[in-house]
Amino acid sequence: MIAPPPSGPVPYARDFARQLLTDMLRIRRMEEKSAELYGAGKIRGFLHLYIGEEAVAVGALHALQAEDNLVTTYREHAHALVRGMPMDVIMAEMYGKREGCSLGRGGSMHLFDKRTRLFGGNAIVAGGLPVAAGLALADKMQKTDRITACFFGDGAVAEGAFHETMNLAALWQLPVLFCCENNRYAMGTALERSESQTDLCAKAASYKMPTIKTDGMDVVAVHEATREAQAQVRSGAGPLFIEYQTYRFRAHSMFDAELYRSKAEVEEWKTRGPIHTFSARLKQEGKLSEEEFLALDAEVNAEVAAAVTFAEAGTWEPLEHMLADVYTPAGGQL
Amino acid sequence: MIDNTNKKRISYRDALHDGLREALQQDPRVFLLGEDVGRYGGTYAVSKNLLDEFGPERIRDTPLSELAFVGMGIGAALGGMRPIVEVMTVNFSLLALDQIINTAAIYHHMSGGQFSVPLVIRMSTGAGRQVAAQHSNSFEGWFAHIPGIKILAPATIDDARHMLAAALADPDPVLLFEHAALYNMEGELPADGSVDIKSAKVRRAGTDVALITYGGSLPKALQAAEALAQENISAEVLDLRVLRPLDTGAIVASVRKCHRAVVIDEGWRSGSLSAEVMARIMEQAFFDLDAPVARVCAEEVPIPYARHLEEAALPQPEKIITAVKALLGESA
Ligand SMILES: Cc1ncc(C[n+]2csc(CCOP(=O)(O)OP(=O)(O)O)c2C)c(N)n1
Ligand SMILES: [Mg+2]
Repeated sequence: MIAPPPSGPVPYARDFARQLLTDMLRIRRMEEKSAELYGAGKIRGFLHLYIGEEAVAVGALHALQAEDNLVTTYREHAHALVRGMPMDVIMAEMYGKREGCSLGRGGSMHLFDKRTRLFGGNAIVAGGLPVAAGLALADKMQKTDRITACFFGDGAVAEGAFHETMNLAALWQLPVLFCCENNRYAMGTALERSESQTDLCAKAASYKMPTIKTDGMDVVAVHEATREAQAQVRSGAGPLFIEYQTYRFRAHSMFDAELYRSKAEVEEWKTRGPIHTFSARLKQEGKLSEEEFLALDAEVNAEVAAAVTFAEAGTWEPLEHMLADVYTPAGGQL
Repeated sequence: MIDNTNKKRISYRDALHDGLREALQQDPRVFLLGEDVGRYGGTYAVSKNLLDEFGPERIRDTPLSELAFVGMGIGAALGGMRPIVEVMTVNFSLLALDQIINTAAIYHHMSGGQFSVPLVIRMSTGAGRQVAAQHSNSFEGWFAHIPGIKILAPATIDDARHMLAAALADPDPVLLFEHAALYNMEGELPADGSVDIKSAKVRRAGTDVALITYGGSLPKALQAAEALAQENISAEVLDLRVLRPLDTGAIVASVRKCHRAVVIDEGWRSGSLSAEVMARIMEQAFFDLDAPVARVCAEEVPIPYARHLEEAALPQPEKIITAVKALLGESA
C-alpha cells in the first residue's frame, strides 16, 4: 500500500503557490509534447521523461539561490527549465539544433547552462557526484556562500562513485546538497532487487552525513525540506543527503516496454500525482479556481507551442563546425 | 665546449618537485590532491615537503578513491580553481577512467563551448622496476586515443621541470605522465626556461634512421643511437613529448630526412600509439621511405616480475640496435 495523496494546507502566498504549480505544469506539458515529437521523429536518441516527479525539481530548485551550482543527470529537462533555461532553448537542443544550449551536441540528456550555473546533465549514472563535490571544494576554498545541489537517482547509490563521493564530501565537510530522486527503479530494476539496504538515508548516515527523507510527490514537503537542507549546508555544516521519494509515471526512456512493473502500480501512484493533488489543495484553499487553472494551462501550452516553433525554425550546426570546441580555442577561458 | 655556467645538475624527480612548488607559489588557485601527496611526501617523493610549505588546504591527502578525487578535480577546475590531481600510478587511473574520458574530455565540446576544464592530472607510468604486471602498465598511448584531453610525456630534465607550467596554462584537461624509471635520472637544467606542449623535439640529430620514441624509452633510444654511432650509423632520436595532439610534422620531417624509421614504445604494439605513428608515416611519408617502418615495443604479455623476464619484455637498447640493423640490411 502506498501513502495517501499529499494533502493539507499550502503555507505559501498565492503568487508563490501558483509559481510552483506553473513550473510543474511547464515540465509536464513540455515533456508530453517531447514524447509526441519523439514519436514524430523530431527528437531522437534517448529521451527520459520526468513526468510524475515534477514536485521534486520544482520544490527543490525554488529553495536554492541563483548563484548556487547545479549538477544533474540525463533526466534533467525539469531542472534546466526550473533553473531558468528558456523552454525554446531546451526544445532546440532536443531537436539537435544549433539554437540549443549546447549547439545540438548533447541533446536531451546533456543540458548545460553557464548563466544559471547548470553544470550539465551527466548520463553516466553517479558521474555527476564527484564533479559536484569538486565544485563545492572550489567554493569552500574560495570561501563563497554558494552551495552545490547534485541530483541523481536511486540507481546511483549502487555505484562506487556515490560512496567515494559521500565519504569525501563528509570528510572534507563540503557544501554539497545530495538530492536523491528515489523513484524506486533504475531502468527495470526495483530498488529492493539491487540493494541490501533499501533505506538510502542509512547509507548516507553511515558517512556521518545528516539526512532528510521527504515525500517527493508533494511539492510543499519537497520545498520545505529542501529549504531547511540548503540552509544547513550553506551554514557550513557540511554536506546533507536528502531523499525525495517519488515515482515516474512514464517509461524509463522511449525504449522501455515496462515489463518490470504492473499497470496497477503505476495507476496507484498516479493518485499521488504532484500536479492534480497540489492544484486540488490550492482550489480547496481558494487560491486557485478551475478557470484560473485552465487559463494557466493554456498559457503553458502556448509556451510549449512557441518552443516547438522555435526549435522547428532552428538551424543545423554547419558541418564545418563539427570539430570546433574539442579544445578551448586559443586564448579562451582560463 | 658547452657553457655550463647557467646550468645546474638535478634529478628528474627534483625537477618535477621544483615545477610543482613553483606552480603553487605563483598561483593561489593551484592546489594538489591525491593519495599520499602530503604527509607521505608523494609516492615518488615529488611532493616532498610541500605540505609544510603550503599547508593541508593546498596539499590534500585523499582517501583511496581515484574516481571521486579525479572527478573532484574536474569540479574544482570548473569552479575556478587550478587543481593538480596526482594519481599514484597509471595502473590506478583505470579506476578513474570514467571521469577522465566521459566527463573531463567531453565537457567543453558537449556544453557547446560553455565550460572548460583547466585540470592537470599527473601520474607515474611504465615498467622496469620489477613490480610485476599490475604496477607496470603504460597506458599513456591509450589516453592519447581520446579527443578533448592532452597527453604529455616528459622524458628530459627540462620537460620535467617546465611541462607542468605549460599544462597549467592550458585551458583544457592535461594528463602528464612521469615515467617511474626516470625519477632518479640526473641531468643539466638551464637556469631558467619554459617549454611548449605542442612539439616533438629532435634530441639527437642523425641521417640514417629516425628513432621515434617518448618517455621511458627515450634514454634507451639515445643509448642505442650512441652505440650505433660507433658503427657509423647515424640515428636521429625524435622525442614525441606530446602524445596528443601528435606533432605529425616533426615525425614526417625526421622520416623525410632519414628515410627509415623505428618506433620505440613501452606500450604493447597491438592497437597502440606506435601503430598510430606508423600509420601517419604511411599516410604522409610513404614515398620517402627506403624500408618498412619497424617497431620495438613491449612484448605482448603482462609485464613479468623476474628481472630477466621483465628486461626481455621491454624495449632495450640492444633490441633497438638490432631493429635498426635489420632495417638497414633490408634496404641495402
Ligand atoms: C554507469 C552507468 N551504468 C549504466 C547506465 C545505463 N542506465 C541509464 S539510466 C539507468 C538507470 C538509473 O536509474 P536511477 O539512478 O534510479 O535514475 P532514474 O533513471 O530512475 O531517474 C541505467 C542503468 C548508465 N547510464 N551509466
Ligand atoms: Mg530511479
